[in-house]
Amino acid sequence: MTTYPTTYTTPVDRFSDEVASHVRSGARFAGLFASAEGADTRLTALLSHSGSLVIQETVVPVGAGEFPALSRQVPAAKWYEREIHDLFGLIPTGSDRVDPLVFPFVTPAIRPRFGSGAVVPEGQLDPTPLTAHVRGEGVFTISYGPVRSGVFESIEYLVETPGEDIPHLRTRVFYKHRGVESRFETLDVADGVLLAERCEGVASVAHAIAYCAALEEMAGVEVSLQAGLVRVLHAELERVANHLDSIVRHSEAAGQAVAYARFSLHKERVQRLRAQLCGSRFGRGVVVPGGVAGPPALSATEVFAAIGTLEKSIDADTRLLMSTPSFLDRLRGTGVLDEDVAHHFGALGPLARGSGFMDDVRVTRAYGAYLHLGQQLLEVRGDGDALARQRVRVQEITGAFALMREVIEELGSRGGPSSTEWRRPIENVSGRAVGWAEAPQGEVLYLVEAREGKLVRVKPRSASFHNMALFPIAFPKDILTDFAFIEASFGLSIAGVSS
Amino acid sequence: MPWIPRGLREGIVTSRYPWRPDDYGPNFRASVTIDNGTATDDELSVAVGACPTRAITVVDTDASLDRGACILCGRCVQMLPQLFQFSSVIETSSNLRARLVVPEPENDGSLAAVRGELANRVKVLRRSVHLRHVDAGSDGSDEWEIAALTNPVYDVQRLGIYFTASPRHADVLLVTGVGSAGMTEPLRRTLEAMPSPKVVIAVGVEAISGGLVGEGYASSGGVGSSIPIDVFIPGSPASPFSLLHGILLAINMLPTNSPRGAHMTDAS
Repeated sequence: MTTYPTTYTTPVDRFSDEVASHVRSGARFAGLFASAEGADTRLTALLSHSGSLVIQETVVPVGAGEFPALSRQVPAAKWYEREIHDLFGLIPTGSDRVDPLVFPFVTPAIRPRFGSGAVVPEGQLDPTPLTAHVRGEGVFTISYGPVRSGVFESIEYLVETPGEDIPHLRTRVFYKHRGVESRFETLDVADGVLLAERCEGVASVAHAIAYCAALEEMAGVEVSLQAGLVRVLHAELERVANHLDSIVRHSEAAGQAVAYARFSLHKERVQRLRAQLCGSRFGRGVVVPGGVAGPPALSATEVFAAIGTLEKSIDADTRLLMSTPSFLDRLRGTGVLDEDVAHHFGALGPLARGSGFMDDVRVTRAYGAYLHLGQQLLEVRGDGDALARQRVRVQEITGAFALMREVIEELGSRGGPSSTEWRRPIENVSGRAVGWAEAPQGEVLYLVEAREGKLVRVKPRSASFHNMALFPIAFPKDILTDFAFIEASFGLSIAGVSS
Repeated sequence: MPWIPRGLREGIVTSRYPWRPDDYGPNFRASVTIDNGTATDDELSVAVGACPTRAITVVDTDASLDRGACILCGRCVQMLPQLFQFSSVIETSSNLRARLVVPEPENDGSLAAVRGELANRVKVLRRSVHLRHVDAGSDGSDEWEIAALTNPVYDVQRLGIYFTASPRHADVLLVTGVGSAGMTEPLRRTLEAMPSPKVVIAVGVEAISGGLVGEGYASSGGVGSSIPIDVFIPGSPASPFSLLHGILLAINMLPTNSPRGAHMTDAS
């Protein structure tokens, strides 16, 4: 059974201690979010206990303008506090650093304060250059980005280096902030899913599932099993496409020209299969509140055959790649993230699993049709390096194909499309709820508040946002030429970091 | 060593587009077209209201659709299938923003003039064209489609088109994203660093009109407000074939037998 959140409310001065006590008792810190409630601001912390989610809330009254920093006790909260500071103007007292993160406004008076429904004037950015941290002979700073060498999303890395080692690295992620959360407030619940698909475009399906799960919880609607199975089919294809993308980028960085060509061909074929199933190469339009838009456009036999061919050719190339020494040498020992750091920080997705921290909400807080499909957490020996993360992805590709075969068998054995309820209506829904899904990058969370079918506040939290804070931590033992591998092995989407 | 036969295993997988039509998937939704079916005023006004990006306009009883805003969600196709249809025709890019509207507005000669000027500008590039991409607030999917151009299926290098790491070596700038406030200055500086002649392509509806994100405190609703655009490629995101068509249109390399280039087969 899916367990939906229990909510506790505390006064603001006790808030941080309460959240920290959950974390000390073994919960994974899953995020801290703000919403305008009239002139006050509500803070919501999400804590993932095994099998359930707990919500801890407080209200910061108007005029207070601050709250005791949670990051002093829970370091993973730091980026969330910085985000809240940027967008709501609240100061986490006692935090050593509230540098701008997602959007550095020049005018402090202007804050979007999501949930207030206010129209925010066009923001002026403060592009102050960062000052160097490391001192010493010959140490210089490389400002890499936001326009980078290749087809990448915009982000700026500040690499401080004496030439080869990277003693210090910082990231600036605000360049592509689009203000997606304020756009949500102008939409109704049916159109909201279209925007959810565009928060982090490479994980469209997972974002749509998490968004819709929140609405379905709010409306008390249970998605039919068939519709749930179709969601799994598309979500797993998305996972395969993303993991192949990561392998493509590793191959390119390692100069493996044939592997690059092979895996980019596989990825193209996955994208084409997705388009054949639903018309969109990114699975857009499939997941709708209450179910799915309809059955896959291909018959069970056709999907089965297509998946079989894909898996066979991907598997053959993966085996060869994972036994190519000149490839493995570049990944082994690169970008090490220690298990205790991953655990302490509540890292997500393949990044966490490569470091031996096992959490996959498809299993630990199973949702939708995953409840009916036999699956287990895939244990991978965690060296915490880029190679371990690569191994996790390779295993997850195999796991995804197994799940898809199971889905197709289930779908084929049940009644035809005419007897199926693909979509149950959700209209005029009101309330607040949380939805989640396991994207290829890790757990995606959606906090959704609606009133009579209109969205009041939507807060997406992608795994990319949570994991990005760990990126600089993976560098101290590595050199500049490892950069591309570490970045590819994290496999994050910047659109998800600052949307 | 074992990789060499692996690369040869499947023979040639590369498309011959634009020289030959490509028969890529009949179910792929590349664009929405308007058929000359009929709908009542009420039906039309419901469809107009249902479009999340307000891409549909109705003048008198004639509906038109702006592909520069259409995110291909299919609301209109579902409501009025006699009027709106998905199409797998990928040749949707144009030199003029106004020309992204279907049915196409009457030709007043402005397109020919713009095209002539661009053709003149790119003449010097000949058969070696270097592309530079800048993300100005995309959702991340556009980058996947642009990167796909280097996979063995599309393989832009066969057309003498290369990606370059530096703006200083670039002839063509591909811009994705809504035009985020943070990228306005870096985008302007990138364009400034490029040698003349330079060509700018807006990739995807977000770059053209802001798409579903639209305008806001951090988005200028498309990149056109900060830099001049030569070619618009619609799509959400624009597919690799649409990208190929748009790039070839920009550098005047489309086969000349048809004004929009060799059409892909609309396989049925």
